[in-house]
Amino acid sequence: MLNVGKIEEGFVLDHIKAGKSLEIYEHLQLDKLDCTVAIIKNARSDKMDKKDILKVECDIDMLDLDVLAFIDHNITVNVIKNGEIVEKKELTLPRQIKNVIRCHNPRCITSIEQELPHIFCLADAKSEVYRCRYCEEKYMSSAKWT
Amino acid sequence: MRHLMSPLDFTTEELDKLFDLANDIEWNPVKYAHACDGRILATCFYEPSTRTRLSFESAMTRLGGRVIGFSDAASSSASKGESVSDTIRVISCYADICAMRHPKEGAPMVAAEKSLIPVINAGDGGHQHPTQTLTDLLTIRSMKGSLGGFTIGLCGDLKFGRTVHSLINALVRYSDIRFVFISPEELRVPDYITEMLKAKGIPYEEVIRLENVMPQLDLLYMTRVQKERFFNEEDYVRLKDFYILNMDKMALAKPEMLVLHPLPRVNEISVEVDSDPRAAYFRQAKYGVYVRMALILTLLEIEA
Repeated sequence: MLNVGKIEEGFVLDHIKAGKSLEIYEHLQLDKLDCTVAIIKNARSDKMDKKDILKVECDIDMLDLDVLAFIDHNITVNVIKNGEIVEKKELTLPRQIKNVIRCHNPRCITSIEQELPHIFCLADAKSEVYRCRYCEEKYMSSAKWT
Repeated sequence: MRHLMSPLDFTTEELDKLFDLANDIEWNPVKYAHACDGRILATCFYEPSTRTRLSFESAMTRLGGRVIGFSDAASSSASKGESVSDTIRVISCYADICAMRHPKEGAPMVAAEKSLIPVINAGDGGHQHPTQTLTDLLTIRSMKGSLGGFTIGLCGDLKFGRTVHSLINALVRYSDIRFVFISPEELRVPDYITEMLKAKGIPYEEVIRLENVMPQLDLLYMTRVQKERFFNEEDYVRLKDFYILNMDKMALAKPEMLVLHPLPRVNEISVEVDSDPRAAYFRQAKYGVYVRMALILTLLEIEA
């Protein structure tokens, strides 16, 4: 089994669906951070059989938890200080996300006014349905994994 | 400051107040003839809509106010590339209230976010047309006495018909209403609506033949099959005259049933039905002015 060393200060994103860590990496724009990142793919898991893990050595405040919760609120966020887990953050679906996904409705005002933000509001938490603030186009949160 | 973007922006209690005001305007027009003296309504219509625009203009004029505006995008600064946000900021300097129609969905919402004056959504693409829904509700309440305790048939294009979807969403807030959806298979009401009715335990029925359900209806809401919704001319030609309400069908209906239609009609209601006392669609157009008058007063917070 591959061993990846402990991090001193940062966070570990655990229980990422197997094979999806690179998407998380991109959504969180980790490529723009000047820090150490370990991407562990297909790690063995009792709970999920296989899972991905991301270890990031930077301040937790640099992580957009809303974006992460939107992508997958089942991910476990472990906050690490002095090499130890000091907090496990629970993720909840954000009420609103801005410029994370784009509205693809060609009839939406955002399709012709480029400077407008793409805002989606949580319409149904149970079904994880978001709707465009302007045209109410539906976006299933679960669709991002398909 | 409030705007009107969707018929659901107002609670049922607020709607009752609005409709009471509209009825008072209907019966005491002189009392309101100068309620908006010195006020200006801007009608910003980025696409032509004679009926809705004239209804707003009539409403403001009957309140003693004045109207400025444009009636298509070509005669506005949108043709020079100005954004909706910039336009409304400028309009806010010229007028006290704005009615906006735009072919793009959500454009009035963008305007409302930046506006210094109340904005009324006068139709945004296939999305919302709240003042049509308020008109329909006021007509039903005024002519039936209440917004509940009836069977309503909705007939025609139930798939693309924006007015139908808005009306259903508004009516489900009232009690003891049963829906009968009458449409060809291709133009059935969307699944999300029937799922919503099931979830709320509201009874509904879907049928193809209008004749079969006429005797049970208290209200019949007819709609036009709109050519612009079809990609295929052949489908439009096949479906456009699927339903034609004539006196033979009216003979099957209850003596007190009302026929509503958002207008304009094409062939779906025979002209012979116009003289039947149950034909309410032209009175509905009049209620459209009263409800817009009441809405302007409410949003401007004017008490006559």
